[in-house]
Amino acid sequence: MKITMAHGSGGEETEKLISRIFAAHFQNEILDEMEDAAAVPGAERLALTTDSFVVEPLVFPGGDIGKLGVCGTVNDLLMRGAVPKYLTCGFILEAGTDAAVVEQAAASMAQAAAEAGVLIVAGDTKVVENAHEAGGIVINTAGVGFLHRDVQITPSGIRPGDCLILSGSLGDHHAAILSARMRIENHIRSDVGLLTEPVSILLGEKLAVHAMRDVTRGGLATILSEFAKRSGLTMRIRESALPVHPEVRDFCGILGLDPLTMGNEGKFVAAVDAADAETALKLIRDTACGREAVIIGEVTERAEVPVILETKIGGERVVTPLTGEGLPRIC
Amino acid sequence: MSGIEEIVGYLRDYDGPSIRLMEVCGTHTAEITRNGIPSMLSDRIRLISGPGCPVCVTVTAVIDRLITLAREENTTVLTFGDLMRVPGSGGSLASAKAEGASVDFVYAPADVLDLAEKAPEKQFVFAAVGFETTAPVYAMLLADAVARGIHNVRLVTSLKTMPEAIRYVAKNAVEPIDGFLAPGHVCAVTGCADYARLADELRIPFVVSGFGGEELLCAIYALVRMRGQALMRNLYPAVVRTDGNRRAQEAVARFFEPGDASWRGMGTIPGSGLYLREEYESFDAGGRELVEDRIPVGCRCGEVLTGSIPPSACPMFGTACTPDHPHGACMVSAEGSCCSWYTGSRRED
Repeated sequence: MKITMAHGSGGEETEKLISRIFAAHFQNEILDEMEDAAAVPGAERLALTTDSFVVEPLVFPGGDIGKLGVCGTVNDLLMRGAVPKYLTCGFILEAGTDAAVVEQAAASMAQAAAEAGVLIVAGDTKVVENAHEAGGIVINTAGVGFLHRDVQITPSGIRPGDCLILSGSLGDHHAAILSARMRIENHIRSDVGLLTEPVSILLGEKLAVHAMRDVTRGGLATILSEFAKRSGLTMRIRESALPVHPEVRDFCGILGLDPLTMGNEGKFVAAVDAADAETALKLIRDTACGREAVIIGEVTERAEVPVILETKIGGERVVTPLTGEGLPRIC
Repeated sequence: MSGIEEIVGYLRDYDGPSIRLMEVCGTHTAEITRNGIPSMLSDRIRLISGPGCPVCVTVTAVIDRLITLAREENTTVLTFGDLMRVPGSGGSLASAKAEGASVDFVYAPADVLDLAEKAPEKQFVFAAVGFETTAPVYAMLLADAVARGIHNVRLVTSLKTMPEAIRYVAKNAVEPIDGFLAPGHVCAVTGCADYARLADELRIPFVVSGFGGEELLCAIYALVRMRGQALMRNLYPAVVRTDGNRRAQEAVARFFEPGDASWRGMGTIPGSGLYLREEYESFDAGGRELVEDRIPVGCRCGEVLTGSIPPSACPMFGTACTPDHPHGACMVSAEGSCCSWYTGSRRED
């Protein structure tokens, strides 16, 4: 079956698309009520977030747009210290898209949502004539998480002396997508995945985690710059500590890309009180997605520059956020 | 002395006469910054980023021509990424694209021919910008186009050659330059004999260097030790041979011939350009005539590229001109003198 403009009409075809694909995969008591708005139990403090997902190709080594759409939003809730609970999802589909492709995305979303322990409780579908550059499917997800009243995880809470822990290797998602687009054959896989396990363990142990961010677009350089700006402190990291898989490193070298400004979809960086840092590191390393976690540096009082990298050969340089589109350079 | 620790110590503690060394390869510029090398050197050793970044030396007429072509019906301009943001006399290719001009970037030149073959009713113009390193790539693209009978691809060329530019910079520098890091990738193609001749002519040392942090430190150390000697040393022998890569040279010679070239902010340097030969003029969408260089008022990129001023001496540096909003071409690419200085803590004068 191909998606047609009629599937976005709001009439019978829309109803069929919803029941055949979305309701079938996202099935739960709240969604099944098929009301105009989902009624859900709440909490005293809520965390809310939304994100839109455009990725070409729609399916790539390590994941697809559906998995990305759930993990991205769930991870954003986790980074605030919230317990993710509900998602909504909006699909914008190009007329002519194969329904099987939509179904695969929906199935991946359902699987990731189940793993994350969240329910998809509301949704929307629109059909447009042209979403060709986006590969035919755009997904928006919004997420709600419950936030304990005592949890205050924010970059403005970072303190001098905090250790910076990175949960794993840099650049994998970005390099996997670029490889697919450039039709370069290699073994690089996207790291798209949920950060539920390490985050819930850190919070459960009540460790002094001051700030967390998932390392997505803009990369570690952009996040550390934001940490520095919001806290008024300096982030000092060591190049020799930064984990980058050899194949990703070589790929970046050829194209003139810097793993520091490349996106991941299943890694996070945390600023943790020095007294708890070793414990936190051990706990993260015991999780499936955090085996390569390392302490990459420390927070200091504000120095001349916001983010400093100690290079492998013993030099120092400033790290600046990504500017522009992060295009491969000319030669 | 040979151990890297000793070299690091020597360069850190050097208290001899002040010495100014120039690198003329964009990748050297980027790697010197990325490795934090300026922070490891004595105040008396100054590294200057010369005209080694291809987009930095591309005159506005080239950008303007590409924009004009991109606005023509049925024509798409294809370019590598960096060139998109280089300001022409009006806007950049990126701003023209935002206004509806047909501009796309490609990752590999082979993609250009595939696109052209799939859409024979359309015209494609490829921005062939670069030095001796990328010229063979364009030559191979043309050879492939001839072999496949593809006629809807043309090049706007802005191809330059390094030795003439180095001679120009060395002879016109406000303060003398005491040595050059010869461009490693360029030498891989052309060989390093040209640089031995330049060392002899200009009476200063040249060292051919690789791109690793330690390789660069060794090359800088060698230049400091060779101060005042009219010698060339090849410290990148695994890749660079005296006579270079013959096949690449032959491919370039088949399609291109030398000519005078206009360098952004620096003026015309005799014999420093490569242009399509007459027999391949059907592939030519502009080259020799693209000499006009209407750089934005206030931009001092030319003086930066020749080492006359450090980037920070330009009144626009870091204020009106930043990597977000480049005013001059040197602020566009990570290989650009100003961008590299801005993003990577190059030492202030």
